[in-house]
Amino acid sequence: MRYNINSQILLLSAILVILPFTFANDFYFEIAILSMLNALICIGLNLLMGYAGQVSLGHGAFAGLGAYIAVIFSSRYGLNPLLSIFIAIIIMGLLAFVISKPILKLKGHYLAMATLGIGIIISIVLEVEEDFTGGTDGMSVDSFVVFGYEFSDSISWYILCSFLLVFTIWMFENLIKSPFGRLLRSIHDSEKAADSVGIDVSYYKSIVFVISVVIATVAGSLYAFFSGFISPQEASFSHSIELVVMVVLGGLGRVYGAIFGAVVLTVLPQLLTSFDDYETLIFGSIIIAVMIFMPKGIASLFDGFFKKKEQNSASSN
Amino acid sequence: MIELFGYLLSGVTVGFIYTLVGLGFTVIYNSSGIINFSQGEFVMAGGMSTVFLLHAGLPLGISFVLSIMITSMIGIVLYKLISFSKDSSPISLIILTLGFAIFLRGLAQVIFDKQLHTMPSFVGEGAFEIFDTTLSYQALLIMIVASAIVVALYVFFKKTKTGQAMVAASNNVDAAKLMGINIQKILILNFAISAVIASIGGILLTPMTSTNYEVGIMLGLKGFCAAIIGGLGNPFGAVAGGLVLGILESLVAGYISSEYKDAVAFIVLLLILFFMPGGIFGNLKSQRV
Repeated sequence: MRYNINSQILLLSAILVILPFTFANDFYFEIAILSMLNALICIGLNLLMGYAGQVSLGHGAFAGLGAYIAVIFSSRYGLNPLLSIFIAIIIMGLLAFVISKPILKLKGHYLAMATLGIGIIISIVLEVEEDFTGGTDGMSVDSFVVFGYEFSDSISWYILCSFLLVFTIWMFENLIKSPFGRLLRSIHDSEKAADSVGIDVSYYKSIVFVISVVIATVAGSLYAFFSGFISPQEASFSHSIELVVMVVLGGLGRVYGAIFGAVVLTVLPQLLTSFDDYETLIFGSIIIAVMIFMPKGIASLFDGFFKKKEQNSASSN
Repeated sequence: MIELFGYLLSGVTVGFIYTLVGLGFTVIYNSSGIINFSQGEFVMAGGMSTVFLLHAGLPLGISFVLSIMITSMIGIVLYKLISFSKDSSPISLIILTLGFAIFLRGLAQVIFDKQLHTMPSFVGEGAFEIFDTTLSYQALLIMIVASAIVVALYVFFKKTKTGQAMVAASNNVDAAKLMGINIQKILILNFAISAVIASIGGILLTPMTSTNYEVGIMLGLKGFCAAIIGGLGNPFGAVAGGLVLGILESLVAGYISSEYKDAVAFIVLLLILFFMPGGIFGNLKSQRV
């Protein structure tokens, strides 16, 4: 396994460095940070959907529940934010591992419905258990203080999220090039074939599920700390759907597709707010159009370009 | 005891609505293998357009017929969109129908509005008294019409030539083609029928619970739960699943917690998926490699 840094990561890093200089005000930072956090969740979801071939219509709920756990430990019980996120990761990781066993036995529509069901149950619980979660009104979140440094301005959040995003992509690219990644693709192509050559299919599917839920927990928690507020809306069915649409719209099984999809679908609603009542209508039309005309995702448009690049980098290695 | 009877009655009433939504799912799923996530929006479209046609001053009967026609057109549009799609993998079709659902909600916001609407019951506001509990005329109407639709569908698929052609097409597309069945037409008809069933459900429900542009989300999901609880693809399963779901919801709301009422459908769904994935009427075939 080579820990190479390819040209795409450098390009992304360069964009992330240059981008803030074009931002006119704090609102741009806000959208950029939100895009990056959504992109993080999508990278994990893409690993599950695009590489292991398992659909999840509940990742918004997992991100939301993870965030609530972190927030409850830090803002209600006064724990250090970093420690709270760590506890949330442990709890959500265990939860994901436990539910992955029965869930990932299911296939296709059944799997989609089971994850959807769990997601909706989570969001109902978050709404009803007001004593812990503040109910539908949500609850405010204490500031994010790490080792005495308080993340108070947008720029520090932007830098934190940028580092996290680049680091996650780097990990992800090395992961899918590793034997583990090849194994996932074999499961994606044919679970039965993978099973018959002795791969413990259900174990690896569980691992991927846990990884994706943990990433969602981290991104969801950071979003709660960044915005200083959390409501059950984070865990809603529509948020879960948005995440899946981001991944599919960007292009399933493409590292940068998921990121691209996340950015487009985070920025788009902001642009559409000027259309007021027509916002939802236009949003739906765009999803339909993309699924009809480019079902492989928007990233497939750049196929020719990136393939050439990949070949170049492959020959230079 | 009287309490229980009341809960059962209201559960059965709602259950029949879930049945209609579940049947709509089943009709499309059986013919095309597609899970239509905009089924709930068909229900919304039926109810909302009836409300607004009535507002526009049209008589009751014409409003019903028009809104059923409008909804069936929506169903056909969805079929056309699906047939344009270049990719038929389940996930991209799921996203397509989800996108269509969002589109319909957006359209309803623009054409109608975001308010809650209701309409007077079309059989009068009265109620029967049965064992000290009441059963409104509208609730009785829901039960009768829904049962009639179930019977009509059964007769249609079993006895008529078109219906049999539709069953044949869902069993084996290639064989059906060879027998000279026009698959395209069959699929369009399926989507239209599914939308008609859903819109009737929407119209029946509106006087009892009122409607708005978002009402379809939960209805659609619960109808789908009903279909899976009964056994996906089995029309009788959808009926049984819908009734079981309606009754359980009503009992949980009455005896345990009204706040967790909406969770019932999904908890039952998970239990069914984990322990009897074929549903109550399951005939899950073992998969061949």
